Amino acid sequence: MSVVRIEQCFAACKAEGRPALIAYLTIGDPSVEDSLACARAALSAGADILELGVPFSDPSADGPTIAEASQRAIAGGGSLRAALALATELRKDSDAPLVLFTYVNPVIAFGEAQLPAAAAAAGIDALLLVDLPPEEGAELRQGCRDRELAVIPLLAPTTPPERAAILLRDARGFAYYVSVTGVTGTGSAPLAQAASAANALSQAHSLPVVVGFGVDSATKAEALARAGVGGVVVGSAIVRQIASATTRAERVDGVRNLVAQLRAALQAR
Amino acid sequence: MKGYYGQFGGRFVAETLVPALEELEAAVDRVVLSEEFQAEWRALLSHYVGRPTPLTEAKRLCVALSGHVATLALKREDLCHTGAHKINNALGQVLLAKRLGKTRIIAETGAGQHGVATATASAVLDLPCEVYMGEEDVRRQAPNVLRMQMLGARVVPVKSGSRTLKDAMNEALRDWVTNVHTTHYCVGSAAGPHPYPALVAELQRVIGDEARGQWSERFGGLPDAVVACVGGGSNAIGIFRAFMDDDVRLYGVEAAGSGLSTDRHAATLTLGRVGVLHGSKTLVLSDDDGQIQEAHSISAGLDYPGVGPEHAALKASGRAQYLAVADDAALAAAHQVARCEGIVIALETAHAFAALPEIAAQESARLGRPANVLVCLSGRGDKDLEALTAVMP
Repeated sequence: MSVVRIEQCFAACKAEGRPALIAYLTIGDPSVEDSLACARAALSAGADILELGVPFSDPSADGPTIAEASQRAIAGGGSLRAALALATELRKDSDAPLVLFTYVNPVIAFGEAQLPAAAAAAGIDALLLVDLPPEEGAELRQGCRDRELAVIPLLAPTTPPERAAILLRDARGFAYYVSVTGVTGTGSAPLAQAASAANALSQAHSLPVVVGFGVDSATKAEALARAGVGGVVVGSAIVRQIASATTRAERVDGVRNLVAQLRAALQAR
Repeated sequence: MKGYYGQFGGRFVAETLVPALEELEAAVDRVVLSEEFQAEWRALLSHYVGRPTPLTEAKRLCVALSGHVATLALKREDLCHTGAHKINNALGQVLLAKRLGKTRIIAETGAGQHGVATATASAVLDLPCEVYMGEEDVRRQAPNVLRMQMLGARVVPVKSGSRTLKDAMNEALRDWVTNVHTTHYCVGSAAGPHPYPALVAELQRVIGDEARGQWSERFGGLPDAVVACVGGGSNAIGIFRAFMDDDVRLYGVEAAGSGLSTDRHAATLTLGRVGVLHGSKTLVLSDDDGQIQEAHSISAGLDYPGVGPEHAALKASGRAQYLAVADDAALAAAHQVARCEGIVIALETAHAFAALPEIAAQESARLGRPANVLVCLSGRGDKDLEALTAVMP
């Protein structure tokens, strides 16, 4: 399946006339069992795609919400291996696209040569590497191509058009537009600008472009849906739900309710 | 490949920062190497920093090395304005930032020497400056915090992770990714994403260029060995650069903290594995899951779980050798240098001196005669007086 699963998912969302809803979880926050339960809750509440976040000790592209979640997740047993095991578990009863979201160092420790096969075997469909610009990681990229895994490019407001063309040249599945010049979890992202930039890129390159960073409410998700973006990524807001709860049941409920609200907002355009 | 030293280096950053790094890379060639920039920077080095710094022959310390050393000379970076080599790089980068139209400077600092240097350069060149510093380092390097504040910089204590240099660098990167349009990130060591390792080495090679000329004028020929401490490795790369193509052995000395057999050390080159930290592929202290481990050293400037990529490459190629010395040996060396030579050295620098007996013995055995050794005395120890005098010999 792999990248085809992503393509089918975006086609199905488009047929419904709405953006895809992509939910991010830091795996291991506060335990891997919690993450599995929250992942299932997110899918049952209407998330189309899951980003499985591998915690990293030094997440310099993330704001405090995900940085703190990463610390809790490392303490809770989260790792790249744990994320793959969780994907394997989810795949038993879900066909939703799964994106492995990670910094480079955990990939190097796992083995760049080994990861594509292991990820494909776990049912992962794409890799998103926060700190791997297209100039780096040739071997890993080839390994992913060989296994039909997408490597999701990131674009930012600082990305000039000629560089966007390079980033999107061989992209498959979807591309991720970072809405704000900054770190994750910013409440003040200029989402209207981000939506029009993402749409322009999507049209020029015939690829779904999703908007992430700063989408923390149903209102903002709805506005992005009205603007017609291909997908919406919600990360820090979900992580905050998990962090504010004290029991697994509360975490699961929190994630389910938030994802259901977001999904309803996307539907209601 | 561009920005690589062997298999090490590169540019592993969030996409948002790539255009700024490309702009900086172009500026290194276009601006830093231009006659006009060089003239302005060199004038500051002469009339403001006090360069060239002296080369001091350390006669009493030489005697203490039991006949293994013929000539021991110290490159006196402690006599730079602000007390360490860091000012060479800070002035160069802040000058460059002005040329690029940036209106704000940020920096990370461990021992505070780079923070003080950046605050100084920002003051004299009239740009606002914010310095990220781990909370633990704010505590143990208090005099430098006061100096930065005196110079008009805002010191931001970093409470995340191990609250030391690596966390300060994470926080500086977060600031930079948010304010990249207006802000120049003045990286303090020959580390980080391309072009920083190359830029910092270019701005620090003045140490080696001067020392090489001074040595041949004073003693004739070249030293047999050059020794420097290594945290990120900017003073070391700065002095090594001038001797790279000569028959001169290069020795870097890193921090073994409580000892290499403990988990409390900062011996990245000795015990690290290949990884990516703060934008470059290099040797890092990391566990099997790829989590960066906390480094430990009595010296805040060496307390870093990564290292500049060029040092990782010099180790891999064998062109340089790297040793590690423990906290107590560094402390003892600082006292010895103070009493033999009348120089209170920084704890970072003390690591280079602590390795001298081993290096001297190795070199004299190799050469079959006493060796001629050049040491980079990278900084003065005023900031460390409390730790240095906690246990008097």
